[in-house]
Amino acid sequence: MDDIRILDPADIGTLIAELRRRGYRVVGPTRRGDAIVTGEIRSVSDLPHNVGDTQGPATYRLTEREDSALFGFAAPAQSTKPVFFPANEVVWRGRRDHEQGGHFTVERDTPDASAVALLGVRSCDLRAVQIHDRVLAARDYKDAHFTARRDGTLVIAVACGEPADTCFCASMGTGPRPAATNHETGHPAYDLLLTEVVTTEVLYAEAIDEASHHFVVEIGTAAGREIADAIEAKPGTGRDQARAIEVTDAAAARQTRRIDRKSVHDVLRVSAESPRWEDVASRCLACTNCTMVCPTCFCTTVSDVSDLTGENAERHRVWDSCFSAEFSYVHGGPTRESTKARYRQWITHKLSSWEDQFGMLGCVGCGRCITWCPAGIDITEEAAALGRMSGLGSTASAAMT
Amino acid sequence: MTTAGEARVTGGTGFAHYADPMVPRRYAIRRVRQDTRDTFTLLLDPVDGEPLTFRAGQFTMLHAFGVGEVPISISGDPRAVTSNASPAPLEHTIRNVGAVTRALVHAEPGTEVGVRGPFGTSWDVTDATGNDVVFVTGGIGLAPLRPAILEVIAERDRYGKVLLLYGSRTPDDILCGAEMRRWADLNDVNVQMTVDNAPYGYKGKVGFVTELIARAGFQPRRSYAFVCGPGPMMLAAATALTARGVPDARVRLSMERSMKCGIGLCGHCQLRELFICVDGPVLDFARVKPLMTVREL
Repeated sequence: MDDIRILDPADIGTLIAELRRRGYRVVGPTRRGDAIVTGEIRSVSDLPHNVGDTQGPATYRLTEREDSALFGFAAPAQSTKPVFFPANEVVWRGRRDHEQGGHFTVERDTPDASAVALLGVRSCDLRAVQIHDRVLAARDYKDAHFTARRDGTLVIAVACGEPADTCFCASMGTGPRPAATNHETGHPAYDLLLTEVVTTEVLYAEAIDEASHHFVVEIGTAAGREIADAIEAKPGTGRDQARAIEVTDAAAARQTRRIDRKSVHDVLRVSAESPRWEDVASRCLACTNCTMVCPTCFCTTVSDVSDLTGENAERHRVWDSCFSAEFSYVHGGPTRESTKARYRQWITHKLSSWEDQFGMLGCVGCGRCITWCPAGIDITEEAAALGRMSGLGSTASAAMT
Repeated sequence: MTTAGEARVTGGTGFAHYADPMVPRRYAIRRVRQDTRDTFTLLLDPVDGEPLTFRAGQFTMLHAFGVGEVPISISGDPRAVTSNASPAPLEHTIRNVGAVTRALVHAEPGTEVGVRGPFGTSWDVTDATGNDVVFVTGGIGLAPLRPAILEVIAERDRYGKVLLLYGSRTPDDILCGAEMRRWADLNDVNVQMTVDNAPYGYKGKVGFVTELIARAGFQPRRSYAFVCGPGPMMLAAATALTARGVPDARVRLSMERSMKCGIGLCGHCQLRELFICVDGPVLDFARVKPLMTVREL
């Protein structure tokens, strides 16, 4: 759909109001303390203004910008994962009647599952949602809660113009500009795509409009167009779209980390007995941070919470991590006792066995596992080292790290 | 995402519209039968009267109210559960080794438990029609194989030789001893038993069950083998069977891993690319051999 529109920064507030008027719960990036997290966006003031970030191995700092940017940061501390897949939720509640010999009843929760408008979701995180669509909602057994929450989602994506040092979406083929369609399903990837163009030096007087802070809007679906029409978004041109593509091309060119996604599946496949695991295990704290911030990690466990009478119980599903000792526990002990076995499981799943399971890699290149690892372990560096040691990796893979 | 032109939220959609395989059905305990020192069989009747049909080798997630849930293979006869005359109870044989199993074996008759499933793959013993059949197991590993053995016995003349090689830690730990003798006496099953440790004066065989494979009387190239036990035992058994010439793809194993959902979503049971709960638990040796030889995979 080659339909280009232009929004001024002030129009973003109008857009949010229009989405809310239509009944959507608008969810997007918002500042909480010294981090960008995912939360409800009630008005434009909930979006981070003039906020940038600096990310590196084990480093995350917000910075101040002076260009009034609304999306001037890279991957938020939190992805959109919890929107459809909360870290802790009740699967069912039970009530037992002791009088009647242990009879019990089961009740399912019916929380508000009102449709979500994802505002400002990055290309990497949008790809992660598509991956969860495949993993959680397109198999023989579906995650009922994810499927319900995901129903009727409106996506207003933001093309990323500000990659962090930890980003490597370009090498994963997942960003910084999102593909218009999900190439597995053929469905449109977004309803609207915004590219934020911040004020730049003005060379010609007639280019002032083009240079001032604005958003290039690309329309992905009829639903997206309806909303663009409703807020009377000004028409744009092919030149505006070219400008938007320049923004993301520049962002891609600035990324220094990469994974060679052509060879990485086979590299991990043959590396099960690599000496590299000892090396990484000597640094890894098995703290589970990487799995908690990963937008695609989907492992969960269940815990039963009962009251003092033992008559009321709730069964909770909570995020779990393959880095914990309990994760692989069967009577007698954990299957993966050592940290090296757990790290191997995690990275092999992300970059190899995920493809065997789902026909896609489980990593979107958001770099959060690098940023939030207290030891600064870098998935791109580990993949490159395994590539070198196995002899199967592309030499380019290692060049940047 | 929204593909229709209607960019407006229409009506609230609660979770109740979506069937949730995480929600159990209720079963009442008819009886808990003690089989050995630490092994018990739960006999369950569906509260809603609707029998649970299953295939030999499949498992369910058994839930003890307020305590938790465990994956347990079904140990009963697949055909008896749906019998019109008087449906047999659903059978699970468990060892009392954890909080959930303790709660289950100590429950009074009439107590309700949660059941989800059946889940997973089957032994598919009928593939072995016209061939010799070798069951190799030990201890409680007999329980997941029992439905398959009952299926073979029910149509005994469709198979060649049928062997059951059974190992146990001690003579007291032998599960279904009387039933195994019946299979030997009445159903032409060659049952061979061995124990790891025996008291003074014990007349039977002593040694590992895998040691019985080398001399057992079956035609390797015309055999199917069904193996259930701890990982190292299954690897040793499969290696001994294939060394005699049973093709890798005709040796089937029932794999065990941590499981929290039974439906491929919780991630716990992964063995490289396999979700043991949906791709297994029964898998052929050709598929899992490379995965069983890497430590802590």
